Amino acid sequence: MNDEQVELLLADLLEQYGYDFTGYSRASLKRRIIRLYSLDKALSFAEFRYRVNNDPDYFKRFVEQITVNVTEMFRDPVFFKTLRETVLPKLGTYPFIRIWLAGCSTGEEAYSMSILLKELNLLQKSLIYATDLNPTVLEKAAQGMFGLAQMKQYSENYILSGGTKDFSSYYTASYSLAKFDEELKRKIIFSTHNLVSDHSFNEFQLILCRNVLIYFDRDLQNKVLQLFDDSLDDLGYMALGTKETIDFSPITGNYKRLANHKIWRKVS
Amino acid sequence: MGKCDAFVIGGSAGSLDVLLKVLPLVRSDLSFPIVIVIHRKHGADSLLPDLLSARTSLRVKEVEEKEVILPGTVYVAPSDYHLLIELDHTFSLDYSEKINFSRPAIDATFQTAAEVYGERLVCLLLSGSNADGVDGLKSVKLWGGLATIQDPESAQVAYMPEEARKRVNIDRILRIEDMPEFINLLS
Repeated sequence: MNDEQVELLLADLLEQYGYDFTGYSRASLKRRIIRLYSLDKALSFAEFRYRVNNDPDYFKRFVEQITVNVTEMFRDPVFFKTLRETVLPKLGTYPFIRIWLAGCSTGEEAYSMSILLKELNLLQKSLIYATDLNPTVLEKAAQGMFGLAQMKQYSENYILSGGTKDFSSYYTASYSLAKFDEELKRKIIFSTHNLVSDHSFNEFQLILCRNVLIYFDRDLQNKVLQLFDDSLDDLGYMALGTKETIDFSPITGNYKRLANHKIWRKVS
Repeated sequence: MGKCDAFVIGGSAGSLDVLLKVLPLVRSDLSFPIVIVIHRKHGADSLLPDLLSARTSLRVKEVEEKEVILPGTVYVAPSDYHLLIELDHTFSLDYSEKINFSRPAIDATFQTAAEVYGERLVCLLLSGSNADGVDGLKSVKLWGGLATIQDPESAQVAYMPEEARKRVNIDRILRIEDMPEFINLLS
C-alpha cells in the first residue's frame, strides 16, 4: 500500500461516513491500515477499498482497527497518585465534579477514575463523561469486563498509585474475565464523541486526554486543545499523556503546569 | 554532501556498552542525525540521554513528538512508545501494541525510516536477545538503504545480529572498533 492509496481511503471515509482522519499523523495511520489489510487478507487494494466503502460493518471494524485502543488501568501510576493526592482533593471542595475522559477507548481509565473517586468519597457528587469516536470500544467499556490475566499488572499499578485496598475487592472473577462492580459504572456516561468534528458539550473541572494527541498533527492538536480550553472551567485541570504538551499551542498562556507532571491548571 | 541523511541504530541487551564506546569517537560536525532505539525498561526515562550525553559533544536528546529531525543530533527513543518517522522529517510517537514483545520496537523505526530516507538511510542493528529489527532491516534493503549489523562475534548477545545475518542480505558487518570510522566516513 502506498501513500496515495492511504489518502484515497481517508478521502473515502470523509465523503462516505463523515469521519475525518486527514489531520492524523500518517506514519502510524499507514502502519495501522497495512496491518489490517494483511490481518484480513485483502485480495487487492481495490477490494479492500470497496469493502470499506460499501460494507458498514467492515467500516466499523476499519475505524476500530486503525485507531489505537491500547490502554490499561492505572497506567502511569504516578499520574494517578497525583490525581489522588493533589488534583481531586482540590476539586473535592466543589459541590459537583464533572470529568471528561476524551478518547477513553475500552474504559480502563474510566473505571480507574471511578475507583479513585470512590476511595476519596467523591464518587457521589461526580460524573465521568467517557467518550470515544469508536462505538465498538464503548460497548466493551460499558460492560466493565476486563481480562483476568491483566489483573496482576493492574493491581500493581493500583498500589503504586497509592491505593491501599485489596484491588480484587472491586471485581468478581468469572472464567477469564474480571467483572467490575456496578457501583463504579453508575457515575460513568459512555458516549461517542469525535474530537475532530464534534463540539464542546459541557463545562468540566477535569479533562483527561492521554495518548490521543500523539496521533494528530500539530494543527489538529491545537484545534483539540482549543476545544478542551472551551470546555474547561476556570481553575479546572487538563491532563495529557507522558509525551504530550500544550507548550506549542496558543492556549498555553492560560495555563500553569503542575511541576513535573503532564497536568495543567487553567488560571485565566 | 555525504551519502547519508539518517543513521538509525537499534539494540537490545548488550547494546548500551557499544554505544558508550562508539559515540565518543563520532565526529561532532556530523552531517546527519543519529536515531537510537534501545529496548529498556519502562520508567527509566531520561537516564539514557544523560548517560550518552556525557560521552559525546554531539547534542543528545530524548525525542519529543512532532519534533523536526536535525543533523548533528543524537535522538533517543523514549521508553514505552514506538518511534516513527514522518515524510516531512519529523518524529511521531505511537502507543500501539508491542511488536516482538517490545515498545519501542526497532522494526517500527527502521521501517518508517526506510520509506522516508530510501537509499540515503543507514541502519545498524546491535547486540540483543530477540529478533526485533530483522524485519526492519528487510524494509531498509527494499527501499535501497544500507543494512549493517554488529559483528555477532563481538556482541554480548549475538542472537539479534545473528538472526539479521541469516535472514537479510546485510551490507556490512562491523566490529565495535570499526563503527566510529564507518559512521564518520558517511558524513
